[in-house]
Amino acid sequence: MSFVLVQVIVGGLLLGAVYALFSSGLTLVWGMMNIVNFAHGDFVMLGMYVAYVVYTLMGGGPLLGAPLATLVLATVGVVVYFTLIRDIMKGPMLAQILGTFGLALLLRYSVFWWFGANFLSMPPNIVGGTYAFAGLRIEASRLLAGVVALLVTLGLHLLLTRTSLGSKMLAVAEDQTAAQLMGIRPDTMQAIAWGIAAGATGLAGALIANFFYIVPTVGETLGIVAFVTVSLGGFGSVPGALVAGLLIGVIESLSGYLIGAVYKDIVVYVLFLLFLWFRPQGLMGKS
Amino acid sequence: MRRLIWLSVVAACAIAYPLLMSSPFQQRLGALVLLYAIAASAWNIVGGYAGQVSVGHVVFFGCGAYAAMASYAKFGLSPLFGIPGGIVLAVGLAAIIGVPTLRLSGHYFSMATIAVAETVRLIVTNTEWLGAAVGLSGPTVPRNVFDLSFLSSLPYYYLFLAVLVITLLVTWWMTNSRMGFYLRAIKDSERAARSLGAPAARTKLYAYMLSAALTSVAGALYAMMFGFVDPESGLGILISVKILIMAALGGAGLLFGPLVGAAILVPLEEISNSWLGGKGAGLTFVLYGAIIVLIARFQPGGLLALFTRRRKPNADTGAGHAP
Repeated sequence: MSFVLVQVIVGGLLLGAVYALFSSGLTLVWGMMNIVNFAHGDFVMLGMYVAYVVYTLMGGGPLLGAPLATLVLATVGVVVYFTLIRDIMKGPMLAQILGTFGLALLLRYSVFWWFGANFLSMPPNIVGGTYAFAGLRIEASRLLAGVVALLVTLGLHLLLTRTSLGSKMLAVAEDQTAAQLMGIRPDTMQAIAWGIAAGATGLAGALIANFFYIVPTVGETLGIVAFVTVSLGGFGSVPGALVAGLLIGVIESLSGYLIGAVYKDIVVYVLFLLFLWFRPQGLMGKS
Repeated sequence: MRRLIWLSVVAACAIAYPLLMSSPFQQRLGALVLLYAIAASAWNIVGGYAGQVSVGHVVFFGCGAYAAMASYAKFGLSPLFGIPGGIVLAVGLAAIIGVPTLRLSGHYFSMATIAVAETVRLIVTNTEWLGAAVGLSGPTVPRNVFDLSFLSSLPYYYLFLAVLVITLLVTWWMTNSRMGFYLRAIKDSERAARSLGAPAARTKLYAYMLSAALTSVAGALYAMMFGFVDPESGLGILISVKILIMAALGGAGLLFGPLVGAAILVPLEEISNSWLGGKGAGLTFVLYGAIIVLIARFQPGGLLALFTRRRKPNADTGAGHAP
């Protein structure tokens, strides 16, 4: 195998870890409340812009931008839950789709209106230069994003499976009424889930902002990536999202390199349709 | 009887509008309202009555728009020839897309339709024959009446009005036919409808194909009025979104819902664009987003449902939750 191909695969894995991070947020609320957040990709976009604004106002790079973006988005998530999601969850399907779709437009075009349609980018070398390992060249910003995303995704998995908060959230996902009878407040748990899910998108956005183009419509593509990841990995499964995210990162990088950059999105969309068709419950999900 | 009186009043207003409001801006506004009402009414057949929320209807809109412009740009034919071509294309594509995606329920169907629409847009953007990112243009100056390219908006207005009337008649006929009853049963509970012997898959597919055919006509008319089509104006996901929002704002699943939605949103968009200029595009969609969120949260049945609720006291508006 040529060095270039290895390089492409490693790049795909690092980006895939970030995909896994924000998709695990989507899979969490999806599995828990059976609601699809069509604004999920736009949350990631918001995270990118928060990181950008933090850098231009205060400097400090990702060390300051990433935690702040996580915090801001987590707040956004909780606010959105209490003002919108809690009510539309009980409504008809059309209202659920419209609600989060409208939110997506609201966020996307507020940013568009404020910042314009121009592509923004962080200064190069904000995280340091490029490392070379045995002939491979890896940008520090991508390495940082991949490693942090991987660790946080694993952390999320541990949070859900090993802590009492996680058990309470899973209990609410399993059976709301029963959980309520055990003294768990579903409302609080679901709000926390939205906070965690949106916080993950904020972190992911801040991490990729260091090397990705920043544009108001970037969330559209990222949202579809999250849908593919979740349907591939199984609804509600964080380990599933991790495996699927890495896989999609690699597939996207390989098809971008082998077929052409414009076709990498088509490959992702077609994969998505095939997965929906053959296995709507995902790789690791329960049917 | 009361219904008939209302209908005559609405019809009289629709016919008289461009004669009373004679400025070019107002006539253009009227024509655009009718055009979007056609597209939204077409969406309503599958999205409103059958409850299958398609976010990919722009694909069928694009079929019509591209067929109309390609018949002129590639073969020198009147764009009018493109309309039947677009219908055939849209119905064929609807069958291909519909068979696998209509099996998916709820959100999954919506997401699949987004993916299909984006795939088609990306493919067309990279297809030289269809003008790639630049798009295709129609006749620049009106040659003869069969080109359906006019200098004033007045002929477009009456053309669109006629097509809208046909669309609404088809919808009305459908809702009162066996198919309409099946669709409503499927919307309420697909499993129950199936168990009672309604051919759910087939009925949904027919509704989807009918809706696609009418949407493609709207796309062709749009392309003729503007004289050109590119991937953004013919296949951009925002067209789907506009169509969907108009139907939902007025009232999805109600005959005149899409018309009411279009009559509110199109003037809103045009006026905010003309006031705010180029920067208005962003703000317009902020407004769109806010409106959808508010409908979803407070009036998921649409505005017309406010008036029909008296007749259907059990209508599920979904907004009965005290904070």
